[in-house]
Amino acid sequence: MSTTADSLHLQPHEAHGAEHHEDHKPSFFVRWFMSTNHKDIGTLYLIFAIFAGTLGGAISGIMRWELMEPGIQVLNHAWPIGAGTANFDEWTHHWNVLITAHALIMIFFTIMPAMMGGFGNWFVPLMIGAPDMAFPRMNNISFWLLVPAFMLLLGSTMVPGGSGLGAGTGWTLYAPLSTSGSVGPAVDMVIFSMHLAGASSILGAINFITTIFNMRAPGMTLHKMPLFVWSVLVTAFLLLLSLPVLAGAITMLLTDRNFGTAFFDASGGGNVVLYQHLFWFFGHPEVYIMILPGFGMVSQVVSTFSRKPVFGYLGMAYAMVAIGVIGFVVWAHHMFTTGMSVDEKMYFTAATMIIAVPTGVKIFSWIATMWGGSLTFETPMLFAIGFIFLFTVGGVTGVVLANGGVDTYMQDTYYVVAHFHYVLSLGAIFSIFAGFYYWFPKMSGKMYNEFLGKVHFFLMFIGVNVIFFPMHFLGLDGMPRRIPDYTPAFAHWNYVSTVGYMITVVGVAVFFVNLFWSLAAGRKAPANPWGEGATTLEWTLSSPPPFHQYSTLPRID
Amino acid sequence: MKRIGWAIALAAAWLTPAAAQAPTTPANSAAQTTTVPNNGTRPAALPAGSVATPPAGFAQNPNNPSPPTATPAQEPVASALPTVAPTPGIGEPDGRMMLQDQVTPIGREAAAFHDDWLLPLCAIICALVLGLLLYAMIFFRRGANPVPSRNSHNTTIEVIWTLVPVLILVAIAIPSIRLLRHTYSPPPADLTVKVTGHQWYWSYEYPANGVSFDSYMLKEKNDPTRQANQRYRTNADGPPLLAVDQRVVIPQGKVVKFIVTADDVIHSFAVPAFWIKQDANPGQLHEAWVKVDRPGVYFGQCSELCGARHGFMPISVEVVPPAEFAAWVASKGGHMPGATPAAAPSTTAGPAGPMTTPAPAIAGTAAANPTPAPTNPNVANRANQ
Repeated sequence: MSTTADSLHLQPHEAHGAEHHEDHKPSFFVRWFMSTNHKDIGTLYLIFAIFAGTLGGAISGIMRWELMEPGIQVLNHAWPIGAGTANFDEWTHHWNVLITAHALIMIFFTIMPAMMGGFGNWFVPLMIGAPDMAFPRMNNISFWLLVPAFMLLLGSTMVPGGSGLGAGTGWTLYAPLSTSGSVGPAVDMVIFSMHLAGASSILGAINFITTIFNMRAPGMTLHKMPLFVWSVLVTAFLLLLSLPVLAGAITMLLTDRNFGTAFFDASGGGNVVLYQHLFWFFGHPEVYIMILPGFGMVSQVVSTFSRKPVFGYLGMAYAMVAIGVIGFVVWAHHMFTTGMSVDEKMYFTAATMIIAVPTGVKIFSWIATMWGGSLTFETPMLFAIGFIFLFTVGGVTGVVLANGGVDTYMQDTYYVVAHFHYVLSLGAIFSIFAGFYYWFPKMSGKMYNEFLGKVHFFLMFIGVNVIFFPMHFLGLDGMPRRIPDYTPAFAHWNYVSTVGYMITVVGVAVFFVNLFWSLAAGRKAPANPWGEGATTLEWTLSSPPPFHQYSTLPRID
Repeated sequence: MKRIGWAIALAAAWLTPAAAQAPTTPANSAAQTTTVPNNGTRPAALPAGSVATPPAGFAQNPNNPSPPTATPAQEPVASALPTVAPTPGIGEPDGRMMLQDQVTPIGREAAAFHDDWLLPLCAIICALVLGLLLYAMIFFRRGANPVPSRNSHNTTIEVIWTLVPVLILVAIAIPSIRLLRHTYSPPPADLTVKVTGHQWYWSYEYPANGVSFDSYMLKEKNDPTRQANQRYRTNADGPPLLAVDQRVVIPQGKVVKFIVTADDVIHSFAVPAFWIKQDANPGQLHEAWVKVDRPGVYFGQCSELCGARHGFMPISVEVVPPAEFAAWVASKGGHMPGATPAAAPSTTAGPAGPMTTPAPAIAGTAAANPTPAPTNPNVANRANQ
């Protein structure tokens, strides 16, 4: 019952590449714009995610700059997103546009495309021994729907949206701020953007589920699949079941805004809290959508660099299934201050805390995988170990927030900001970097620079902790989220946090230097640069893999 | 349904004056601040700049005329406000790394739960994970352990690390559920204040007293957006971005029920030192209750994104002794309802019965009954149960 590890029957002829017809690549335009190749589409997703992530990170830079000191000193200048004027309300509306854009870009256009679109497309077929995804053309439209979605989101910042240009509703788009509270086309454009991004993800999810259920190589039973494939499978189900609810909710927003309905308008018999229930029924599975593929990648990386099979493979797989299932029944813990009944609060408190159990199983299983291993600390392993610790920190503050009575104080303060950045900015992003360094030799055929990779890790590890740990203090002291200016008592920790941002930026710069240097001049990567610990099927192929792989299916005994 | 009888008994207990005077929660030394004499008793020490000039304050939003009922109350206010200067570090942020000092029974119970149980638990779990990781990194590095073991199963340890977290979570859930039960067992209210969130200010209404007013953030003296006739903030008003032109005033030691709603988008009425945060949803009425045992000024901020000036609609609550509260109500042109709590005997000559029917949607029995309950269990001790 182990992973594919021990039982692989290698197909050596793949490794020295069947150069003739398998590697025949179409012309540039056909290859990249009409692609049906899962690896090329994965590459497109990764380029897209890096581009969007850079933009989202730059927006957070503007925000940290503004928050470095009390007062408004940055928003009153013109910026590419939104337009600066002498009007105080436009400055502060501009702030709301920034927080909205940062969240939407990071969630829908960075983390999801990188994890599912990028690594999922690249490595699910390789790991299960499939020649490609089940629906290659649908795969292509999944990616190309994301591009207009992103353009709509960016375009929304240039049209009126209430007090100024752009949608200043927060990524949650709460009615009635997003309906009667935001006059102008900006919010409509954001809603369309979410529709397109959602459709893209639903199509992608269908593709992954079909691929994993139907295209596994002979002998690759569900219980032999690598954990990354398990994580993508669970994530695909979460996407498939939760995104239609978001689509319904924001469609109702759209008709409330434009066609005179009153789903979320109390004066017409609607209910403003109903929107929040619908949104978070999607929104809470969404946070697991953002972290589950990271769990999978970390499992692969930890196992590889410990040179041991994953500890408790079945427990790890079904912990993810459990997290996915429970993740659907805890949504209202995002709404503890909306005036819920005491019974609702008690239920959602208890249900939320239950998620800590499978999460704990995963944390301890990773440590047990390392236990007794023969560890080396290449860059992916550093990011994976960093992930385990930082995700634990974000997890325990999650248990604090799960308590409805305690959340009364914490809700909408920086404590929440600290919590979800520990699990996302430090959790999901760290796992993406772990996966990126781990698979970079496989994807590009070039080795990255190990020294620069380690510099990147340490700068980023220090930087993000300096950014986000002080936010716990700000939250405990009562600082609300989503404010562009604050009373001087909050100045100290905000300043520290901005210094942390500067450190992180240097780390990310090192990443880009490493990326471009390695692509241009990196050492040629062998088929398996990681040695005996890397046991999954993708390491049996050449680096980079042939344009079409597994024309003879591998057989797993 | 099972909880209701229990809730009524405790609710009745809540009104005992002794409870207000002798908070006995041992877990939080902040409770001791209630016994310290404070500047609530020396309003005369304030600088003249703090004296309110409400007409100028109201002038800052010409689009939003005050409701007619408020008009008579505005004129005589200026010199009669029981103006209290805030205490640095209490009821306002001060750059600390922990929770604000709590001045309500629920706040003390919750803060003790967080400080004495959740926080140490978090620290221990993080330290445990970090320790295990470091141990593995040191003793199972390739140099120290060149031949990896192949073990990948150990049912015993897997059962242990599933069950132990379950037990820990149960140990968290019990006090957590108890805290929720206490939060949702409000005693009968002595005073009801209706709070309405607007873009971007708060308005307050005392239905039984005939008092209502709007409350705006005070701008800095050198703020270019401040109009010339607009009152500016002084240190006696409170910290920048937290001070308001008209504080909401409530009596010390009395159960105050805030009925919270909004008239445009969602806002959130939050005062950290009271451990309350209630979203103000347009078209809905929700309640939050406090019983503050320390006079003083307490600040909060709108806590739900509500548009451009979301960060600029603070909340400032002034807690005064009941007699001063009655004087404040009179100064606002209001009146105390007939059956005032015994702590303010001088006003018992007022008209019998509440003059204003409480808002019709106020659920339950509590708000409609201003009479203090006779029974006597000590409410502040409930956190120890």
